[in-house]
Amino acid sequence: MKGRFLPVLPLLTLAVMLGPVVAGLWGTLLPAFGHLPAAGEIGPSLAPFQALGDWPGLPRAVMLSLTTGIGATVIALVIVALLTAGWSGTKPFRALERALSPLLSVPHAAAAFGLAFLIAPSGWVARLVSPGLTGWERPPDLLIVQDQWGLAMMAGLVVKEVPFLLLMTLSALGQTDAQRSQAVAAALGYGRVTGWLKTVFPRVYAQIRLPVYVVLAYAMSVVDVAVILGPNTPPPLSVQIVKWMSDPDLALRLQAASAALLQLALVIAALIVWRIGEGVIARLGQRWVMSGRRGRVDRALAATALGFGTTSALAVLMGLAVLAVWSFAGFWGFPDALPDSGTLKNWMRHGPSALSALWETALIAFAVTVAALILTLGCLEAEYRHNLSVTQRGMWLLYLPLLVPQTAFLPGLQSLLLSIGADVGIWPVMAAHLVFVLPYVFLSLADPFRAWDTRVGTVAAALGASPDRILWRVRMPMLLRPILTAMAVGMAVSVGQYLPTLLIGGGRVATLTTEAVALASGGDRRAIGVYGLLQTGAALLPFALALAIPAWMWRNRKGLRHA
Amino acid sequence: MPKGLTLDQVVITKDAAPLVALDRHIAPGEVLTVMGPSGVGKSTLLSYVTGTLAGDFRGSGRVVLDGQDITDLPPHQRMVGILFQDDLLFPHLSVGANLAFGLRPGGSRIDRRTRIEEALSEVGLEGFFDRDPATLSGGQKARVALMRMLLSNPCALLLDEAFSRLDTERRAQTRNLVFDRARALDLPVLMVTHDAEDAAAAGGEIVTLA
Repeated sequence: MKGRFLPVLPLLTLAVMLGPVVAGLWGTLLPAFGHLPAAGEIGPSLAPFQALGDWPGLPRAVMLSLTTGIGATVIALVIVALLTAGWSGTKPFRALERALSPLLSVPHAAAAFGLAFLIAPSGWVARLVSPGLTGWERPPDLLIVQDQWGLAMMAGLVVKEVPFLLLMTLSALGQTDAQRSQAVAAALGYGRVTGWLKTVFPRVYAQIRLPVYVVLAYAMSVVDVAVILGPNTPPPLSVQIVKWMSDPDLALRLQAASAALLQLALVIAALIVWRIGEGVIARLGQRWVMSGRRGRVDRALAATALGFGTTSALAVLMGLAVLAVWSFAGFWGFPDALPDSGTLKNWMRHGPSALSALWETALIAFAVTVAALILTLGCLEAEYRHNLSVTQRGMWLLYLPLLVPQTAFLPGLQSLLLSIGADVGIWPVMAAHLVFVLPYVFLSLADPFRAWDTRVGTVAAALGASPDRILWRVRMPMLLRPILTAMAVGMAVSVGQYLPTLLIGGGRVATLTTEAVALASGGDRRAIGVYGLLQTGAALLPFALALAIPAWMWRNRKGLRHA
Repeated sequence: MPKGLTLDQVVITKDAAPLVALDRHIAPGEVLTVMGPSGVGKSTLLSYVTGTLAGDFRGSGRVVLDGQDITDLPPHQRMVGILFQDDLLFPHLSVGANLAFGLRPGGSRIDRRTRIEEALSEVGLEGFFDRDPATLSGGQKARVALMRMLLSNPCALLLDEAFSRLDTERRAQTRNLVFDRARALDLPVLMVTHDAEDAAAAGGEIVTLA
């Protein structure tokens, strides 16, 4: 039965992944040109674009989207490149590698809240140095968080994108013969950083190009981090789109749609500029190689990169710590470093509603991840049984849902669902989550699945085992750990989703993330602490299980302990 | 049709260029050795017989086993056993469960367990039923892999550099064990190797590919 079902799975997967994106873009396109029968508007017209152009905040909102997005991507990439160049294979680097999984699984919103609680004028950093160093008895009147240049927002994006790009770089390193290249360069008298940048980086970059584009598109259009750390008047374009979408005045949806199209155009333009920039950097790099310079500031560069890398890791971990402290804080006056007393009151007050949000979050995350896992395993198994191979174009399709900004197609998807009378609620939200969960589950599982020694399959078949029996009894048990890791990745992605839950859920699906971000404007730090901590826990627990379950199941199987 | 394994004008090509060609009949209990340097396509030839030819190769010609044309059968219905240079024991199963995986279905639980215990003691591995395969020595693993394959009642035996990972002493021992078993069960054996000693020990016809 499976045999007949299997060949259609790759197509089904593509449909599930790209269908909502295409439908959403279509649903954005129509109202952007003045066609939204639900609001009594029949197009086509250019009025929505005129209205958008008349919005006085537009130039700033556009600038913010560009500067924070490109800035965060450049900074994160430079930190990761220099960090890997200067330190890969050393002790401090291995320490960072170990922190990678937990850092990656912390949801963006929780990391952003943590950062805000650290760097705000009344944050932990100010408290630790006050009044001793600063003489502040009261929080200074500075706009650090939500500053008008979007610097805090950029920092929030950098601390989350550094681990992501580092993970991608590490998996690319395995295929680039980096160590020997670096050894040769060193023997020729090149410093660590210069040698790595000249010999290894071009090969690594070719492999992490798509993830870098994902980071760029994401950072330019992110909503939750922008709501928490970004400026308000005006906000970045993506936040403004969501504001217009949530307005009871349906006419503003036309304006939101035109802004969504603008957002898409901005991302495409930025990607093109980035691509051109790659060429320029490559040209300059070749001249640098021709110059034969061995690198004199390598040590300083490496030390700086390590400083930034460590700071960004600490910012996330300390941020979680301060969320935890706030969630248990009684009275906490400035500039005390710790609250006067600990209390469970915050948890008692916010616990019940947070708990119901946790169930909703877990239900969605689990259901979506299982669906994504079945589709992914089906695709990979079909590829194996039918000797298919994934082309570069196939990889682009996989990355497409991550490259199209969420703010460009989710508003359209919502309008479309409303116009066909589909009820908003948990099912459409799951379908929307699947669009983002599927690529990550696939990317996480594909390499280990393909790396499985197919001779094991040959032996099993020679012993008379059917293809299904080989899959269930041999391949999947042997791949238990990567399968569970892929599930953990999928669950973390789902837990962290803000916009799909908010827009497609129509405000009726309350997950930890939507509840936490909704608290941002209120500024109740204790409530935010409770929600942020639960959100992080919901994302982190599956990773812990993905380590613990195989370790327990295979405790007597040495051959699988490091698989 | 005679019993045994027949490769009837088998030709393997890659990108339209011929790689290996073989036209032989291996009688029951006999060994045909295919020799040649690595990369010449010896293992590819075996994968044509097991039905697991990789996508970038093309094969033509028939594979006939005991009078039945198995060329178009799926791998798991061919009744062709294979041993690789690595033991490839399933790492998630105990030694006993590995053998149970090979043993054809049928018989009571106790009956099956007894047959597996017997198979283990035949090769000097009494009491290894519950062991983790990763804790066995190279020679022990090779013997488990052999018995696992024999329990599946194959009608022919393929050896893909099966002894090259073993040290000299174990190597001769394991080799003799495999050939003795194959002769006792009247199995046709197709062996690929780059080792002249393996070829000499097999005692059958030797085909050298270049």
